[in-house]
Amino acid sequence: MEFYKETKALVKANIRDYGMYIALIVILLTFTIMTNGLFMSSRNISNLLDSAGYIAVLAVGMTLVIVIRHIDLSVGFLAGFLGAITAIFLTQMGISVWITIPVILLLGAIIGLFNGVLVAKIGIPSFVATLAGMLIFRGALLQVTEKTGTIIVRDEQFNAIGNGFIPSIMQINGLHLLTLLVGFVGVLFYIYNEISNRRNKLTYGFDVMSKGIFSIKLVLISAIIAYITWILAGYNGFSWTVIIIIIVVLIYHFLTTKTVLGRHIYAVGSNPEAAHLSGINVQKITYIVFGSMGMLAALSGILFTSRLQSATTTAGTLFELDAIAAAYVGGVSSAGGVGKVTGAIIGAIVMASLSSGMNLLGVGISYQYMIRGGVLAGAVIFDVMTRKQRA
Amino acid sequence: MSDYILEMNDISKEFPGVKALSNVNFKVRKGEIHCLVGENGAGKSTLMKVLSGVYPYGTYDGDIVFEDQVQQFKEISDSVKAGIGIIYQELALFPDLAVYENIFAGNEVKKGPFVDWNQTIVQATQILKKVKLKVTPETLIRELSVGKQQLVEIAKALSKDVNLLILDEPTAALNEDDSENLLKLLKELKSQGISCIMISHKLKEVIEIADKVTVLRDGKTICTLDASEGEVAENVIIKNMVGREIEDIYPKHPDKKIGDTVLKLTNWSAYDTQLGRNVVKNIDLHVKKGEIIGIAGLMGSGRTELALSIFGNPKNYKLQGNLEIQGEPKVLKHTSDAIKAGIAYVTEDRKGDGLFLLQDIKSNVSAAHLKGISKKGILNLNEEVKVGKVYKDSLYIKASSLEQIVGKLSGGNQQKVSLGKWLFTGPKILILDEPTRGIDVGAKFEIYTIMNQLIDEGMSIIMISSELGEVLGMSDRIYVMANGAIKGELARKEATQETIMELATQ
Repeated sequence: MEFYKETKALVKANIRDYGMYIALIVILLTFTIMTNGLFMSSRNISNLLDSAGYIAVLAVGMTLVIVIRHIDLSVGFLAGFLGAITAIFLTQMGISVWITIPVILLLGAIIGLFNGVLVAKIGIPSFVATLAGMLIFRGALLQVTEKTGTIIVRDEQFNAIGNGFIPSIMQINGLHLLTLLVGFVGVLFYIYNEISNRRNKLTYGFDVMSKGIFSIKLVLISAIIAYITWILAGYNGFSWTVIIIIIVVLIYHFLTTKTVLGRHIYAVGSNPEAAHLSGINVQKITYIVFGSMGMLAALSGILFTSRLQSATTTAGTLFELDAIAAAYVGGVSSAGGVGKVTGAIIGAIVMASLSSGMNLLGVGISYQYMIRGGVLAGAVIFDVMTRKQRA
Repeated sequence: MSDYILEMNDISKEFPGVKALSNVNFKVRKGEIHCLVGENGAGKSTLMKVLSGVYPYGTYDGDIVFEDQVQQFKEISDSVKAGIGIIYQELALFPDLAVYENIFAGNEVKKGPFVDWNQTIVQATQILKKVKLKVTPETLIRELSVGKQQLVEIAKALSKDVNLLILDEPTAALNEDDSENLLKLLKELKSQGISCIMISHKLKEVIEIADKVTVLRDGKTICTLDASEGEVAENVIIKNMVGREIEDIYPKHPDKKIGDTVLKLTNWSAYDTQLGRNVVKNIDLHVKKGEIIGIAGLMGSGRTELALSIFGNPKNYKLQGNLEIQGEPKVLKHTSDAIKAGIAYVTEDRKGDGLFLLQDIKSNVSAAHLKGISKKGILNLNEEVKVGKVYKDSLYIKASSLEQIVGKLSGGNQQKVSLGKWLFTGPKILILDEPTRGIDVGAKFEIYTIMNQLIDEGMSIIMISSELGEVLGMSDRIYVMANGAIKGELARKEATQETIMELATQ
């Protein structure tokens, strides 16, 4: 009885967060059943995650931009443009991958910072400032690819980012060993982290989850990590794209939940005036968030160019809107101050799953757009309803 | 036909937990200027909102008789149709539209389905003549001074053929000349048969212009004074405004230890570039360790502006004068500098700029001092819970848990969270802006008790308050402000509600 009560209280308190995961699971199950298991096949999941990568990193940055009540429309073509610059560095200029990537990331951060200055210092509404950026980078992309058309990249190391997998060391029963090891370490790390958190709370004398629920939570999440690892190990293992997404999410998750900077970002988003009066430098936070957005746009450009093994004249088209959609599906609120990095990733995976599943089912592209639109609206409606209950 | 254009009989209006008006009777004769006075929160604005239909018929008790007919205004447009025009303290003009567009906004002159702009300009010119405003109708509102904008508001009301004009603090933002002009205009309108209700804090004006004065206090009509009978005099009005005795809700604190000066302002002024005037003028003020300073004054007297100008100047006023903290001159450029210097400011508008309403109690408490729960920029979330718990207990915050969203708490508990947030910064000087506005008596008493504890710990408190009882009950010394300047400094013993009111209405 105790157990039932605690579970109920937990679900009630976290319905907003759980809702998204439940939606994802429903979508995954539906497609798996409708495609007779083809959807959950190793190969499909691997492809799905790789194709979600360049939107997922944008969605992470966009979530923070929306949290501080702004928007960035320039990131799509900025990603396209920086992707083209990457290709030019690697092919026409012959610069090494190891120099190119940091330089492009830095360039992205600087451009993002510039957006931040326009918005916070000069006071241009972010919608307009970044709309201008969108036009400028679209032009810039055309400019640099005008003479050559599509730039094909032949650098093996670089192309591995979007298409390659981590080395396997050896195969066991057709499973990818290093992937299994990484997954295993991941599970251990997760369990260690949770247990030390719980112990820490106990030393402070705080309430913690009862042992029963805590064990169930550990087993459940470990099982999910293990299952994903197992699926991916059945194909080529973790791709570099997946590794990059995981690293980005870990860094941003830590930054937003465990640091002073993260707290300041959410404070500025929930009430800029109160934040200012609490001694927080609102301008500085805006610079940082836009700067990070620019850097992630650069990363997105790198991932996309690498995946296509080329820079095209239309790269980045509508990326910004896909990223915004993913962020909203992931539970960010335009009223500011609410939204999680993990949500953005789930949102991106939900949207990618919809595309992938419907492609497998042979749903026409016209219906695909409508269904994705419906899911976006549904997610926001759910969000608004649960918020009303809370406030 | 009766002599009265307006009779409001037995009006009562309740808000959750507060009785804003109880059995108010208010009558205005045809062609008279009737002033409505009272302290902040006495119910003047509420009464006018009932009259104009902002609070629709059915949400209040009692009846309104206007021009011999019982009226049931369901929305503002109903009262406008009946011939009541109201001009709020905050002007409701469109700054980027022309004068004539503003005068007829929502009341457009039409020819068929289209707006007849030529006719609009012709009519606007006539009305402008009536209010003696010498500008072309094409002028943009943005280009006019506040005084002239006020006249445009009146013109707007006149364009709707009003018989009763209500003005809420019309001269609060005006300089002497503009005020004088406005009052002259009201007298002239009176001679044309337009009755007028004016809410004002400036008693000199009231005495100059009023035919009758009605005093409200605590949501009740106290008296109506008649100028023709010679009843309208400053001391009579003030006596009726404050009336009550200080209730015994202020905890006694007999042996205070008062130390050295911690904060000193000399010749301190703040110029607001947006308003284009000094909001704080040549202020000399000092606060000692362990002292509670009261800053009294009416709304718009510059008290909040003074607090902001000290607290790192978030509104970017142009500052002049000297600020010393514990004898050292300081320049505080950002709120974070002020916090570092040991100043904390609990805002008047806790929902608007004090709290993060969607966040929980513990993150609100830690928000202004994350350093206290972090190392090298990394938060210790357990430490945060601990800190939250300390303040929840010591400030008697009533909530189910520290994870409760602050937006869901009652006003008194929100105020305590706001206070907790600032106490966690470890201030030497605590500025409280209207610390007990909108909270119930029990929570008030708790906040007063906490204030006494804090000064025992060596803190100094600057309390800005519109509640005279609170100012008199809690402060060691009182500064009275009006028009951005300090009009007087009173020791606790020499201060009475009357002396404060006299200074505040200068």
